[in-house]
Amino acid sequence: MTDFPEKLVRITGAAQSEVARPSARPALSLTLDACLAAIERAGLRLSDIDGLSTYPGQIANGDGLSPVGSYDVMTALGLSPRWMGASTEGHAHMGAIANAIMAIASGQCRHVLVFRTVAQAAARAEVKHAGIIGGGRAVAARSWGGQSWQAPYNALSAAPMFALYANAYFRAYGATERQLGAIAVNSRAMAALNPNAIYREPITIEDYLTSRLISDPLRIFDCDTHIDGSTALILSHCDAARDSRLPPLRIEAMGLGASGLGVGLHEGDFTGMPGMAVAGRMLWSRTDMTPADLDFAQIYDGFSILTLFWMEALGLCGRGEAAAFVEGGARIGLDGEIPLNTSGGQLSAGRFHGYGHTHEACMQLWGLAGERQVRDARAGIVSNGGFGYGCLLLARD
Amino acid sequence: MIREEGAPRILPGLDPLNRPFWTGGARGELLVARCGACDVWQHPPQDFCQACGGRETAPQPVSGKGRVVTFTINRQAWLPGMAVPFVLAAVELIEQAGLFLIVNIVGVDPEQVRAGMAVTVDFIAQDDIFLPVFRPDRGWEAHR
Repeated sequence: MTDFPEKLVRITGAAQSEVARPSARPALSLTLDACLAAIERAGLRLSDIDGLSTYPGQIANGDGLSPVGSYDVMTALGLSPRWMGASTEGHAHMGAIANAIMAIASGQCRHVLVFRTVAQAAARAEVKHAGIIGGGRAVAARSWGGQSWQAPYNALSAAPMFALYANAYFRAYGATERQLGAIAVNSRAMAALNPNAIYREPITIEDYLTSRLISDPLRIFDCDTHIDGSTALILSHCDAARDSRLPPLRIEAMGLGASGLGVGLHEGDFTGMPGMAVAGRMLWSRTDMTPADLDFAQIYDGFSILTLFWMEALGLCGRGEAAAFVEGGARIGLDGEIPLNTSGGQLSAGRFHGYGHTHEACMQLWGLAGERQVRDARAGIVSNGGFGYGCLLLARD
Repeated sequence: MIREEGAPRILPGLDPLNRPFWTGGARGELLVARCGACDVWQHPPQDFCQACGGRETAPQPVSGKGRVVTFTINRQAWLPGMAVPFVLAAVELIEQAGLFLIVNIVGVDPEQVRAGMAVTVDFIAQDDIFLPVFRPDRGWEAHR
């Protein structure tokens, strides 16, 4: 199984900026903090960086979703990349990483700086509803494209959309609020051990069950939290990774998929996301490893229900079994069968749009996860996305 | 026909494909795109039939009857003045399995909405848009 492009690529660096709600520092400064720290961690110089990749690319409308693009970083750092690209419509957050993998494997570059910056907290400090629809300052008079099928029905957040799926899943499999709540409780318990997490106060399942409903069954603790912060990763060709400062991390397999929620089309089954299953099958078809080999899982949690869907799509448990699997939290805790979202995930560490999960996987595999370190972590899985989908199986030799 | 008070909704921009769906309510009609070659319904409207590959789709009136497949009671106001709670639901139209609309359920206490509930179309008029929404319909079982 050496023909897959990801087998030629290593992760050699990863870092995050400060995380705040909001940060006093400009988004570009946060970005450079993360990029420079990741390059240093990889033991590289600026001049070694010959590729740049980001998701989704700059959206300069003031809503803070993606205030910094490749050209900003290229100019600020004085880079001359041979290859660059933004994955606006790729496989969600993992698209920029997948593109970097393919650029390296096809010989276009050797060291790609992948970054993602969000400044939604700063935008909302200025304009309370920034980003709901229409950008930073003005609410749009009309909605267009995929949003035009949801906005007229006041579904201005993804929360009620995913709540439709959550309720269908609850009904189909008898899942309960107490079971779903285990995701949020676990997230806070992990975040308490992560000094860079945004919400570090532990909660109990009773706190969860009495918290504010957003769109039932999803409560405030089921929704991730907007932040200001940046993540950077360095992906390197395996031949260029031999002198890395840290053990280069293998990308043992990747999986990609997509399905229709975001454009208003529906697959007819509201109990999961078909694109997640596509991504999961692709990942396991490219490796001899199995879910039994995993030491941890960093699973996308923009909304808690997505974590359950992803766990099933990745084969961590059977279809319809994820809610019972996580109930009580013992099996997903640091000493459990599969420690889950050890940074606190997006629910508690902040909405890095998937990049926080990949960053945390790297920290675990390098043994740099401090109090939340999974003992002797050698392999783990990362998944990103609620609309487009991507997953990575990362391993340390 | 419903005329709402309070904060206006963010209406859809109109184009030739979606205009029938958003304006058919002016005549009390719910218009859904249908393939001229194989008669399969499709929503959102587009001029490519995923069932047969045909390019000749046209808006046709449906019965306006359906059932709630899944729903949520949304309690968070996403903009100032938005009326909450409201129900967002996936309604499957009786014309075809898998023909879903994502809509609001109105005319009923949100706590009374149930999966499987029979519903019938109504329209909220705002500016030039007649927004299809659904309300409970006791007579739906007779249509099965």
